[in-house]
Order: sequence, then structure tokens, then C-alpha cells
Amino acid sequence: MAQSAISVDAHHEHQHDTFKLLGFWIFLVTDCIIFACLFAVYAVLRTHTDGDLTGRELFEVKGFTAETFILLASSFTSGLASLAMHKGSKKQLLGWLAVTVLLGLSFVGLEITEFANMASEGAKITTNGFLSSFFTLVGTHGLHVSFGLIWMIGVMVQIGRHDIDSLTKEKVTIVGLYWHFLDVVWIFIFTVVYLLGVM
Amino acid sequence: MGSHENHGSAKTYILGFLFSLLLTAIPLWLVIQHVMNKTALTVSILLIAVLQLIIQFFFFMHIREGEKPRFHVMALVLGAVMVFTIVAGSIWIMTFNSQVH
Amino acid sequence: MGEKAKGFFVTGDPLIYGADVSIIITLLGILIFLTYFKKWGWLWREWLTTVDHKKIGIMYLVSSLLMLFRGGVDALLMRMQLAMPNTHFLQSQHYNEIFTTHGTIMILFMAMPFMFALFNIVIPLQIGARDVAYPFLNAMSFWLFFFGALLFNLSFVIGGSPDAGWLSYPPLSELAGSPGPGQNFYIWGIQISGIGSLATGINFLVTILKMRAPGMKLMQMPLFTWSVLSSCITIIFAFPVLTVTLALLFVDRFFGAHIFTATGGGNPMMYVNLIWMWGHPEVYIVVLPAFGIYSEIVSTFSKKKIFGYKSMVFSMMIISVLGYFTWVHHFFTMGAGADVNTFFAITTMAIGIPTGVKIFNWLFTMFRGRITMTQPMLWTLAFIPCFLVGGATGVMLAAAPADYQYHNSYFLIAHFHQTLIGGVVFGYLAGLYYWWPKMFGFKLNDRIGKWAFWTWNIGFYVCFMPQYALGFMGMTRRVYTYGWDMGWAPYNMVSTVGAFLMGIGFVFQVWQILYSIKHGERDLTGDPWNGRTLEWSILSPAPHYNFAHLPAVKSDDAWWDMKNHRYGAAVQDNIKEYTPIHMPKNSGIPFLMSACWFVAGFGLTFEWIWMGVAGLAGVGICLLARSFQRNTDYYIPVDEIKRTEASLGRVV
Ligand code: HEM
Ligand SMILES: [Cu+2]
Repeated sequence: MAQSAISVDAHHEHQHDTFKLLGFWIFLVTDCIIFACLFAVYAVLRTHTDGDLTGRELFEVKGFTAETFILLASSFTSGLASLAMHKGSKKQLLGWLAVTVLLGLSFVGLEITEFANMASEGAKITTNGFLSSFFTLVGTHGLHVSFGLIWMIGVMVQIGRHDIDSLTKEKVTIVGLYWHFLDVVWIFIFTVVYLLGVM
Repeated sequence: MGSHENHGSAKTYILGFLFSLLLTAIPLWLVIQHVMNKTALTVSILLIAVLQLIIQFFFFMHIREGEKPRFHVMALVLGAVMVFTIVAGSIWIMTFNSQVH
Repeated sequence: MGEKAKGFFVTGDPLIYGADVSIIITLLGILIFLTYFKKWGWLWREWLTTVDHKKIGIMYLVSSLLMLFRGGVDALLMRMQLAMPNTHFLQSQHYNEIFTTHGTIMILFMAMPFMFALFNIVIPLQIGARDVAYPFLNAMSFWLFFFGALLFNLSFVIGGSPDAGWLSYPPLSELAGSPGPGQNFYIWGIQISGIGSLATGINFLVTILKMRAPGMKLMQMPLFTWSVLSSCITIIFAFPVLTVTLALLFVDRFFGAHIFTATGGGNPMMYVNLIWMWGHPEVYIVVLPAFGIYSEIVSTFSKKKIFGYKSMVFSMMIISVLGYFTWVHHFFTMGAGADVNTFFAITTMAIGIPTGVKIFNWLFTMFRGRITMTQPMLWTLAFIPCFLVGGATGVMLAAAPADYQYHNSYFLIAHFHQTLIGGVVFGYLAGLYYWWPKMFGFKLNDRIGKWAFWTWNIGFYVCFMPQYALGFMGMTRRVYTYGWDMGWAPYNMVSTVGAFLMGIGFVFQVWQILYSIKHGERDLTGDPWNGRTLEWSILSPAPHYNFAHLPAVKSDDAWWDMKNHRYGAAVQDNIKEYTPIHMPKNSGIPFLMSACWFVAGFGLTFEWIWMGVAGLAGVGICLLARSFQRNTDYYIPVDEIKRTEASLGRVV
């Protein structure tokens, strides 16, 4: 419809960009609140082990340290991706996104192994209040990461099809923001759950 | 469109990454080596986490970008207050509760 | 107990068989109507896929009135049961189910969508915008609400209703206390619609911040817009808490975790703490827009600028933030310790101050104004004394030591109904009468409206004043029957009579609407009340692009200013060339995706994992499909704008 009119409102479209970004920031704030509640529950229940194993006995320093550095690196590479995008290099952009996805996948893999190991030691979500809150907090973060991975792959496919244009640019920016945000949340999981746990 | 905006440079990303690595390694080392007593340790690693959050916000997420007024910054600040209220408030309220029992 | 054994369909109760039959007849009726008149395509194109905020608003409105009906029937059933001592009209189990569904429906499926109806219908028009910031998301919010409410209401005939109270405290709401699917219906019904509410909060926040007409500064926004802004701020901080709380309850029930359980290291009080972190702000979420409505109405019908505009804005913003710091007053009796209780008692009382400021501002606005007694104004005037009493009894409850006396008594029931009905429902009804002509192009009949008004109001006092007395006499909430020896009988009888009066008031309103559709006074000017804000500068009902020219705003009360100084839309001959208008395309995805949520919610309610997974997969596919769409908007050509404007009677 009315193809000719497209140029009339270029300004309008630009406005829409910043709308999306503001909306997404606000969404991130609401997601912060979600994690805040999960942290609050964890803080209240962390001593409720009901006589079972505590965090100190369950958490493995090597495992969670590896997870932390991998996620940190992926946050960095997703930043490099957005840098490549602003330079206009599609190949680099797709490359860095691919690296980010691989790092993300290995993070999720490590987390699943960690959960499985804990479960085989008898530490399950059903065991006690402490573990219930642990698995919901860390698991919710893991679900967020998995969701982000699917999303990022979807964005990569779209870049493949349509190159870097205003729409795909916006998508890369937003998914990148999401990815950095998940890294920030993980810093607190790393500190509050794991470091305080093994202390 | 929007090319005049500052999207960060390779330098800021690398700098931010180095800071983050450092701010992850330090608390890890502090905890493994048990350099302080428990309360001091808890407080310092929490502070370091907050520091790292700030680093990521500035170096990776570019919160200074965007047109004025920066509503997203206001939302984040208010969000931080609410996050603090939820976590600290719950701990405050619930510990009294468990002492009573 | 033992509900699983009862089977899939709820059986054994004449009320429910009645409901079954009427549901089937209604559904058949709708199907036959749509097929016979070949309306399926129309339904899909005009309503199910629409992203037009005005149509979405109307759908919210219709749903919320239906829910008001169901919640009202619940209320009348309870009042019938309580009218006399030792009644056996309802069993205790049934009574529990009814107060649970009544409370949940009234707050989440009546007040919230009614509020969103007014957001949708008014906000873009009032700030001079052509749509909301995210029209697609807006449609999604509506359909999520719709399917959430549908799921919740389904529990009446399938599986069994929830019965653990409107906030479903554990351990009662845990698997051991409520093994049937009823509690899962509660969780998923609210969860699905709650995601929609959260999205609406974000949507309108961005709309108000970013899409105001050129020139409109924040401090020139109409007060209703401000009230929506403050309400949205509260939504984005409160609703995520609800989401988490219900999700955790589900994790307990579904995976056998021990977060809120009484055994295994769980902590049921943590649930109470969390749910009120949402629940208290929730009352401000619904009451703030009502305050905004009163402000618009008082100023319009006193023909004066609102008194103390700035203090109005500040008090609303203060309420929206401070409202987040009072939640413990709902469980003072939990024993959290003296300093916790003191802190929260003080914050609670502090909220009274900005509220008081607002009431004085309304009174000062009316003072020496030339007041016209229209229906919106009547409801506004009725609100003020009602809310004063509700506020006073609220402060009585906020005094923590005294609360040990009133907690969970009928005093509390009377208090919160006074604020919820007198504050929220009256406000939304006032708004409905006020903006009705803008929505549909005709006014609602005055004579029937007065009848409705007086029966509602008299009924209200007759119903709830005796309940304060009952509270002092020791009647506790949620009791399903009592003996003659308590001396409560006369008061309860009076209260029931009042409840039925309100029911009659509602019937009057339905009649009023039906009557006015045929005989209502048409509004040809677009400005039937001599209004002050931009929504009255366009014709009623608004064309689907709202403003052919975006208005240029120079002052507060923008339309009033235009009329008095003869500029903008107030001057017909001054119209510039039209330019093509950029609009979003309709989309079926919001409807389909919410339907998938419904499937997922239904599956998880019955713990049919295959169905839950299938539904969630559908949600994921819809999300991806949307992400891959590129041509989501179009331009309305100038010819079409000219034609529309001419057909609406505006000289081109
Ligand atoms: C139309 C007139 C109404 C009447 C006659 C009425 C009556 C009642 C009655 C009899 C109860 C149960 C008291 C008990 O046994 O504990 C109740 C509870 C409740 N009502 Fe209403 N109500 C009305 C309107 C509303 C409205 C408009 C709202 C909200 C916007 C509302 C919200 C609630 C809530 C939240 C509860 C508590 C439910 C629970 O205990 O879990 N009511 N109402
Ligand atoms: Cu409250």
C-alpha cells in the first residue's frame, strides 16, 4: 500500500526505534524485579536445609567459576558483534554472534551437568527449602539464557536473509542488551549463591 | 540514521571486559583464601558485585546513550530502589518472624 | 478434599447444572448467529485481529461488565446464605469457593480490565496520539487477559473452583491442602492475564512518555493521563512480584518443591510477604486512575481549571511510589516484631496525606464553580463522602495494635468494600458515563441513569454500614453460617437487602445501555460536555486514525484553550493539507498466541504434560513468527482520510 509515501515519515520510523529501546529497558527493569523476588526467597530459605547438605558441601568451585567466565566472555563477544554491526560488516557480525551462541550453549551445558550431578548426590528440588529456592533461582536464569539463545539464532537467520538494515539492527541491539543483562544477573548469582555459599 | 550516536568502541569493550575479569577474580580469590572475617568478606564481595554491575552498565550496555530526558535511567534507578526494598525488606521482615518461632 | 475423584466435570449441584445449560445455550446461540448472518469474517477482521486501541478498549469494557455480573452473582449468593442464621443454602465448601472466586474476579477480572478499557479508550485521544506505543503488544495484552479470565471461569464447570481465598495463602493452597485442579486454575488464570497486565503497564508508560502531541509538556498533561502514568509505574514494579509468587506456588505444587510448604524447610509466611508486595500496590493501581477520572470530571463540570494541578500530580506520584512501602500492614498480626510493624504503620498513615490533599483540591475546584449535575458528576459527588469514611476506617486499621482487634473481622470487609466500591467502581462508572459518548457517539439516558445511581448508592450504605457493626460484634470474615444466639441476624438481613439493591442498580444500568442504544441522545459535535482536553476536539466516535492532523498543544487544558483562543482544531477553515498516516496492520498472532497460552494453562492445570508442552510450543512458534514479520505497518492514503473526515461530518 502507498509505497510512495514511505519517505514521508522517515522521521516517524526513527522515533519508533527509540520507543522499542525504552520499552525494552523497562521490560528489563521488570525482569530485575522478578529476580529480586527470587533472590529474596533464596536469602530467606538458604539456611532451611532441613538437616541435609548445605551449599558448602554441594557447590563445586571449578564448575561455577567456569560458568562465570564463559558467560562473561559471551557478554563481551556479543558486544563485539554489535560493534561489527555498526561498522557494517555482516560477516563479522554473524561470526561474533555465532561465538556468543556457542559460549551460551556451553554455559547451559555446564549448568545442566551441575544440576544433574547435584541430583545424583540426592540434592533435588524436592529435597528441602534451600534447594527448592536454589533450583528456582538458578534455573530461572538458565531458562532466560536458553530463551536468549533461540532468540539470537532467530536474529542471525534474519540477518542472513535481509542483511544489516534498520530492522535487523534494532533486533541485534535489543538481543544484545538482553544478553548483557543476563550476565549482570549472573554476577549476583555467582556472588550471593555460590561465593557466599562456599564461604 | 542515528549514526551520530556513540555505540562504544573496541577500546571500551576491551576495557570493560578486563575490568569484569578482574572484578570476578578478586572476590573469588578473597573467598577461597578467606582473607577476612565473615562479615567483612560478605560486605566486600557484595560491593564488588555492585561495582561490576556498574561497569557492565556503562561499558557494555551504554546507559548514557539515548535521547534526553533519559527515562530508561530513571526507570533503572527506581528499579534499583525497589530491588533493594524487596530483598532487604523481606530479609528484615522474615528474620524477625523466624526468631519468634 | 478428594476432588480428583469427582471427575472432570463438576457435578451434583443444581446451580452448576444451571450454569452448564446456560453456557451451552449461549455458545450455541452465538455460533448460530455468526454462521447465519455470515459474520465469522467480520468477527475475525474487525475484532479478533484488531490492533486499534479504541476497539480493544471496547472489548475490555464488555468483558469487565460480564465479569462484574459474575462477581456480583457470587456476592449475592453469599449474602443470601448469610441473610439468616443456620441457613443451608450453601455448604461450607461451596461458600469457600464462592468468596474465593468473587474476590479474585472482582479485582483481577473486573477492576483491572475496566481500568484498561478506560486506558485504551482515553489515553491516546487525550494526549493527541494516533495509537499506543506498541499496538501489537496491546492486542496481545487484551487476549492474554481474555484467555486468562476464561480459564479461571472454566473452573466453575470443569474440575472445580479454587477455594483458598482470593490470595490463596499456603499451606492451604499447597498440594496437601488443595489437591484438586481448582488451585491450578487460579494460578494459571491469573498468571496468563497478569503477563498481559504487565505488558499494558509498559505500553502505556512508553505511550505517555513518548507519544504526546507536539508541544505537550509533561506538566501540561491532563490529570487522567498523569494518573495512568502513576498507575503504570506501580504496575511495572508490582506485577512481576505476582508473577514470581504464583510461579513459585506452582513449582511447589507441580514439582513437589518446598518453598512455601509448612514442612521440608519451606516458609509459608514468605508467600504472605510476597503476595502483599503485589497486593497492596494493586489497590493503588486500581484507585489512582479513578482519582484521575474524578479530576477530569470535577474540572469539566465546574467549568474551571483544576485547583492545585501541581499538588495533584505530586500527590499521585508520591502515592504510586510510597504505595510500595506499606505492604506489611496486611499481616501485622504475623508477629514480625515491633519495629517492623511501626515502620509500616507509619508509611501507611503517611499515604493518607497526599490522598487528603487530593480531596481538598476537588472541593476547592467545585467551590464557586458553575456546577452542572450530569451523571458523571453525580458519581463523583457520591465518591467523596464514601471514600472519606473508607479512608478513616483504613487509618483505624493501620494502627498496628488496634489491628489485632479488627483483623479478619467484618469491619475489614466493610472497609475495603467502601474503598473498592466507593473509590474504584464509582470512579470507573463515572468515567464510563463521561467517555461513553466519545466511544459510541451517543449519551446514556439520564432518567434511567438516576435510578441506577440512587439504587446503587442507597444499596451500598445499607449493605456495608451494618457490617462495621457486625465487625465490632465479633463476626469474622469467611464464616459461612452462624447461630441465632450471636445476635447478628438483623444486621445481616439488612446487609443482604442492601446487596440486592446494588444488584438492582446494575440491572438498571444494563437496561440504560440497551435503551440508549435505541433512543440515546446522539452526539454530533464530538464535544457534548464542553470538555477541556484533546479527546473532545475530534468527532465521536473517533476515526480509526484518531487525528487527521496531530494537534499542536500550547497550554494545559489544550482543547479549552483552543476553543477560547480560536486556533487548532477549533478553527475549521484553517485546515492544512493532509499527509498519509502511518498505521499498524492488523494481526492474528495476539489472538492465536494467547489461545496457545490457554491450551498450555489448561494442560498444566490438569497436569497433562503433553498438552502443556504443546501449548507452550505454540506460544514459541507465534513469537518466532512475529519476530520474522517485516511489513507490519502501512500508510492510509490522503483520499481515504478525506473521505473519512467528510463522512464524519467534518468540512474538508
Ligand atoms: C457489589 C457488591 C458487593 C457485595 C455485596 C460484596 C460482598 C462480599 C461478601 C459477602 C464477601 C465475603 C465476606 C466473607 O465471607 O469473608 C466479599 C468478599 C470480598 N469482596 Fe466483595 N462484594 C461486592 C463487591 C466487591 C467489589 C467491587 C470488589 C473489588 C473490586 C470486591 C472484592 C472482594 C474481596 C477481595 C473479597 C475477599 C475475598 C476473600 O475473602 O478471599 N467485592 N464481598
Ligand atoms: Cu494495603
